[in-house]
Amino acid sequence: MSHSSAGPEHFHAQARSALGDPQLRQNFRGAMDYLQDKRKSAFFDPVEEAQLRDLSAAIRQRCLSKLPQLLEQLEANCTRNGIEVHWAENDKEANDIIASIAQRHNAKSIVKGKSMVSEEIELNHEMAKLGIECLESDMGEYIVQLDGDKPSHIIMPAIHKNKQEVSDTFALHLDDFEPTVDVDELIQTGRSHLRQKFHDADIGLSGVNFAVAETGTLCLVENEGNGRMCTTVPKVHIAITGIEKVVEFLADVPPLFNVLTRSATGQAVTTYFNMISSPRKNGELDGPLEVHLVLLDNGRSQAYQDEEMRKTLQCIRCGACMNHCPVYTRVGGHAYGTVYPGPIGQIISPHIMGLEKTKDLVTASSLCGACGEVCPVRIPIPEMLQRLRTHAKNPPKADIMPLKGQASGASTLESWVMKGFVLAATSPKIYHSATWSLSKLNAFMPNHIGPWTQCRTSPKPADKTLHQLIKIRHKKKSDKP
Amino acid sequence: MSATDPSILAKSAMLSRLRDAKPQAMAKENLRYPVWQDNDKQLQQQRFMAGLSANHAEVICISSLAIADTIEKVLINQQCKHVILGSACDHTACDNVSYACRKGEFYPQILEGTRDINVLVFDTDVDEIKSTLFNDIDAGITHSLAGIADTGTLVLWPDRAEPRTLSLIPPCHIALIKRSAIVSNFAELMAEKAWQQQMPTNIVLISGPSKTADIQQTLAYGAHGPRQLVVILIEDM
Repeated sequence: MSHSSAGPEHFHAQARSALGDPQLRQNFRGAMDYLQDKRKSAFFDPVEEAQLRDLSAAIRQRCLSKLPQLLEQLEANCTRNGIEVHWAENDKEANDIIASIAQRHNAKSIVKGKSMVSEEIELNHEMAKLGIECLESDMGEYIVQLDGDKPSHIIMPAIHKNKQEVSDTFALHLDDFEPTVDVDELIQTGRSHLRQKFHDADIGLSGVNFAVAETGTLCLVENEGNGRMCTTVPKVHIAITGIEKVVEFLADVPPLFNVLTRSATGQAVTTYFNMISSPRKNGELDGPLEVHLVLLDNGRSQAYQDEEMRKTLQCIRCGACMNHCPVYTRVGGHAYGTVYPGPIGQIISPHIMGLEKTKDLVTASSLCGACGEVCPVRIPIPEMLQRLRTHAKNPPKADIMPLKGQASGASTLESWVMKGFVLAATSPKIYHSATWSLSKLNAFMPNHIGPWTQCRTSPKPADKTLHQLIKIRHKKKSDKP
Repeated sequence: MSATDPSILAKSAMLSRLRDAKPQAMAKENLRYPVWQDNDKQLQQQRFMAGLSANHAEVICISSLAIADTIEKVLINQQCKHVILGSACDHTACDNVSYACRKGEFYPQILEGTRDINVLVFDTDVDEIKSTLFNDIDAGITHSLAGIADTGTLVLWPDRAEPRTLSLIPPCHIALIKRSAIVSNFAELMAEKAWQQQMPTNIVLISGPSKTADIQQTLAYGAHGPRQLVVILIEDM
């Protein structure tokens, strides 16, 4: 079964349908409980955890504060190392760059490591139009791709599926597959199908976890080895990343790598940490002959304009906020209809897609604060959600850059009601007569008032207003002997 | 590239937007990195081995006299019939960074340990042996440049002597490491050896055999890289 969604503008409908799917809810509940436990045991010492998060947040803030300089330094050092650097404003430009590299090499196949940015630009879809096959090689992504589906989590793309569903997917799409729910056998099936693809692929594509300005080094974090395959075996390696992933010093990497793995999957370290600084050098016997780095903006520089929104860019994509979000746990990643789901997606997506499409997303939070409490780089997600809610409803103020689609969630009725309330609440005469008439008319209050009464009883104004009650109480006191 | 290259236009537009932004007040950064540290060599070794074992690697601790025998036994255990080795190291890369472990240092012992089986030496362009490497080789044997005790991690610095795919494509990776090459943590290793002054094509940190938990959070080994990681720890101090 495919769970793909139509987009964030249909969040309400998608959330409703996800809530009505007991299998999906069970899969997510199980996965989130597991990931929460794993993170908790990875950070067993709260003092150490606090120190590490302070340090990581400070590193990310420092790097962002110098972002334009660091991007230029990264480009200079990559170029010196022989890595070709490309800049893309949006999805179209990024796809054009990748397509032109592929066409220059007459490439027919791209084998991909995990990259959320490539999802963001819908690379697979765009390359297919040009007759170039993109194959996902991360096990989760591979399963999702076979299904014609999209990832529902940024770290564990096929988290919405259980092993029976994976077996069904393989049975449907792979010729010689004997259905099984043995996870080892399922993984070996994936392995053997992908091995030849690594061998044959013309181009390998990957994301980037940290791009080091000081040395021109691309760092990749993974467990499976498919990232190493994609960046080592094909003749050409293309890495694509958002501009915010740059760090200043090589020494910034160990603490960020440390909090990333522990926050994401509760691992002290991943199986592989791959640091790539150049294409194959003279005399070396393997590795790509060309390495390209595509730097993508796609709304990030808009987020950067605003001091508070800039904190969105501190994100190191660990997924801990979604793992701990009560909304994500219940509706799953697809309901959001965005590449980045969950709390971090709710604050990134408005910058990538504009508030017209994402205005409902920012309301999908109980503001319980769990996302902020686990964020390894201390992004104040709940505060930013509140800020985005205000932006969705209200036009920009003079001194603040307007957000794409600002005020698209404004409702005339709502704004008149609020204006009326302000008037009533600040003028005693209107206030008293309004509350007085409400207390007299309470018998006429309807039993059903729209969505409010779906799961609540209709509010009934009291027989007497607070002011009346206090007057009576004072009177009683003074009447006492 | 021409001046109207879209990438150049995008670059100047992106950078000018970023430069227009107000500078940001920042948190102070005289913060400590609370990381595991211990100078006790015994404790470092224990932690290194425990980390690797917890991540499903096999760690064998031996004296340098037992290398050939150990390799022979490991190959029998893993039912390996074809192995691939690097070529002798010219030591330039190693000398530059003065690491405790030199590539090629133990080749005489490795050759002795593999005398009864088929050995392929990786000394040509990967294209010439790619199919063999993917389809016929059971194990790749490498030296390790360093070990990180904190997380149980091997540090490989691939080059002409020991190419990148040696530790990646064969289903079994056998790595040799000297006790003296183990350090407390990653940050210390980088700082001590001043990596920022000379990054090679590739450095890879390896902390176990390839694995995934992508199907129903169930851990499975041998996703795409080696299914087995055997670490031969040589007591040299």
